[in-house]
Amino acid sequence: MKSVVIIGAGPAGIRAAQTLVAHGVRPVLLDEAARGGGQIYRRQPANFKRSAVKLYGFEARKAKALHQTIDELREQLDYRPDTLVWNAEAGALDTLHEGRAARLEFSRVIVATGATDRILPVPGWTLPGAYSLGAAQIALKFQGCAIGERVVFAGSGPLLYLVANQYAKAGANVIAVLDSSPFSAQARALPGLLSQPSTLAKGIYYRTWLTAHGIPVHQGATLKRIDGEHRVQSLNWHNAASEHQIECDAVAFAHGLRSETQLADLLGCEFTWNPLNRAWLPQRDRAGRTSIAEVYLVGDGAGIMGADAAEMAGERAALALLEDIGYLIPPQRATQLEQSLNTIGRFRQGLERAFIFPESWAADAADDLMICRCEEVRVGDIRQVVREGHWEINRVKAHCRVGMGRCQGRMCGAAAAEIIACESQRAVSDIGRLRAQAPIKPLPFGLEVEP
Amino acid sequence: MIEVDAVIIGGGIVGASAALFLSKAGRRVALLERDFCGSHSSGVNYGGVRRQGRPLSQLPLSQRAHEIWGQLPQLIGINGEYQRSGHLKLARSLNDLHALQDYAASSLGFGLDLQVLDRNELRARFPWVGEVAVGASLCPDDGHANPRLVSPAFAQAARRHGAQIHEQCAVTAVEHDGQRFRVSTQTGLDLHSPWLLNCAGAWAGKLAAQFGEAVPMHAGHPAMLVTEPLPLVMNASTGVEGGGIYARQVARGNCVLGGGQGFALDNARARPGQNAVIEILRQAVELYPFLEGAQAIRTWSGTEGYLPDRQPVIGHSSTQPGLLHAFGFAGAGFQIGPAVGQALTEIICSGASKTPLDAFSITRFHSISVA
Ligand SMILES: Cc1cc2nc3c(=O)[nH]c(=O)nc-3n(C[C@H](O)[C@H](O)[C@H](O)COP(=O)(O)OP(=O)(O)OC[C@H]3O[C@@H](n4cnc5c(N)ncnc54)[C@H](O)[C@@H]3O)c2cc1C
Repeated sequence: MKSVVIIGAGPAGIRAAQTLVAHGVRPVLLDEAARGGGQIYRRQPANFKRSAVKLYGFEARKAKALHQTIDELREQLDYRPDTLVWNAEAGALDTLHEGRAARLEFSRVIVATGATDRILPVPGWTLPGAYSLGAAQIALKFQGCAIGERVVFAGSGPLLYLVANQYAKAGANVIAVLDSSPFSAQARALPGLLSQPSTLAKGIYYRTWLTAHGIPVHQGATLKRIDGEHRVQSLNWHNAASEHQIECDAVAFAHGLRSETQLADLLGCEFTWNPLNRAWLPQRDRAGRTSIAEVYLVGDGAGIMGADAAEMAGERAALALLEDIGYLIPPQRATQLEQSLNTIGRFRQGLERAFIFPESWAADAADDLMICRCEEVRVGDIRQVVREGHWEINRVKAHCRVGMGRCQGRMCGAAAAEIIACESQRAVSDIGRLRAQAPIKPLPFGLEVEP
Repeated sequence: MIEVDAVIIGGGIVGASAALFLSKAGRRVALLERDFCGSHSSGVNYGGVRRQGRPLSQLPLSQRAHEIWGQLPQLIGINGEYQRSGHLKLARSLNDLHALQDYAASSLGFGLDLQVLDRNELRARFPWVGEVAVGASLCPDDGHANPRLVSPAFAQAARRHGAQIHEQCAVTAVEHDGQRFRVSTQTGLDLHSPWLLNCAGAWAGKLAAQFGEAVPMHAGHPAMLVTEPLPLVMNASTGVEGGGIYARQVARGNCVLGGGQGFALDNARARPGQNAVIEILRQAVELYPFLEGAQAIRTWSGTEGYLPDRQPVIGHSSTQPGLLHAFGFAGAGFQIGPAVGQALTEIICSGASKTPLDAFSITRFHSISVA
């Protein structure tokens, strides 16, 4: 029999599962990780014993609630952790679990695949000791280790202050926070941010806490270069006034998040350009329905909205799914969720204004800057292909291999798009969309096949 | 209105090489490509540049192509990662080895210089081949190239020689007014010319049918995958007698493998499908044990035209003077494509191709009713 399937056991996927179960549906919940929680509420290995407050700070209550939910649901779910969905075709998902490949047919699927950091490379970013913000956070949350002894956090987006704060609280030596957004942008964004006063308060709290603890927070500060012989030893940053050098042994950086959309793509969902996310995103309605009747999208995988929104979107899409297969759902609950999502959406617009995208990054990037570390493609290689007359991103990929390696462009795709757009003098929305190809993560030879 | 000597439909390696040779011969050419040049079969194929294994009727043309490939940098300005690594066709049974011996005997005189290797010779020369192979046939001067680079470069070279290359420009209507063709495109171009070259790959059947010579062509979708870069091991491109999987390793270290069939997403896009991918991942380790534990990082497929006898249609239309066909290459047109472009050029410039094309005439389907 075909199942109702949820991909991803983060806040969105877990709430979707809970909602389905509450109505008597027993979904299959697939997750690449060993324990449910997703990225933000990622759980430590079973033998680690740090408290929830220590791990999740302000979010401890939410994290605990979510973990408890999935633990309690276990018997009512077909929960399959450690399971990678590497391919999707109409009506079926292809999975890999402990070296075994299997196929799972679905009647409906809720895709809750989350997000990863948006990376805009700087010289030296491939040195050992340079991490994305998300990776730095996972090292701390999951393994309880810091990425270095003297750490600098750089880039923009709410994760910047959050991770810096988590590191400082865990006892790491945070040397500086370099926020590329100018203070003026953040002041302008305030009206939008006020739609979520508590979240805004947290953001202000993180920053104030850092300053109060003597950690320098610089705004309008651009990370220029990371230096070191075998690993990170120092970095250079500048603001409007001057250039500075900092000695450090690790740096974590990113410019916000980007949605993981490959499965939606393989499932055939229509995409549209989303200016707010500066990315192509799968289309969906307010409830999470996509252009494909059997496919629903929730959480950051469908546009960056954060964990609270993900929980609501998971529940909302599950209600839509239930309705679509003939269940009666409480309409006022659906409306209420949509209204709350709307409010968060306004806050999100404010955030985007507060943490503005560094538009000049592409023009400033030097030719020898590495963009695609899997295939070792540099800015100059991409520019060269564009100068030969190519501007469509998949064509540029075909010619210089950018985005062709093992991460399939998940790390370099956003940066490559900026370079192509800048060099071809087109809008970044006018250079096409990097198409997803299976496997979305590497697949080993000699795998076994489930009969 | 654009007046030219020849309009070419399709910017794959066949159409683009025709555009290149025609413009080098001084003809005014307009090439019309629905997507981007070399974005379909010609740009996504396995990259095998081999003569070995082709039907004997293709060998004169294939041999000619072999010479063109030898001149690649002079012709298109890049080497396209072309290397004459040798093509090793493996036999998994003595029967298969006999078939390879028979082929070697019958293709003598075409210049392939095939060497049939028994088990010991194969082990000694190609120790990375798995135990399942009991022998092989080696064509030392066959090889492989990067189709993503080579095929678009033919179109670029044609442009440098004066050809008009129109991309994202689908042909929407063709008619013949008794004197010349009138071709219109989606982008609003209106072209006139005495010659029309149907090089539209898997999509060429429509135009043939319009001129009253429908062909029983179907689309196929070979499945491909590539590994992460591995230490250099394979010093030949390989295939297997009787079909199965084929593999080569590029200078960067990635191994490219193909085998089995994928499926069509729509009229122009295809995917390899999980069955084919998993079959490759399973079978490959028998033939190439060094792949055990390696990772596949990407898969793809393409849309290729196949006629029932797996031979292409090349040459004059039998119903419309001035119309030339060149399509249906059955998964083997990358190597031979440039020679086809040259042969079409000879038909236009000197009345006939130097290489016989009779075996590829479209008239061979005239008595067959098309399903
Ligand atoms: C996955 C795969 C692996 C292969 N491996 C090999 C190999 O190893 N070795 C080998 O020799 N061969 C191989 N082949 C076969 C080879 O790629 C093809 O035979 C060859 O590229 C055919 O070239 P073409 O120019 O006829 O077709 P194509 O490259 O398909 O070009 C036809 C073009 O016509 C265009 N077109 C169609 N309709 C219109 C229209 N109305 N208006 C404008 N343009 C139009 C299309 O957009 C297309 O670009 C393989 C094929 C595939 C799909």
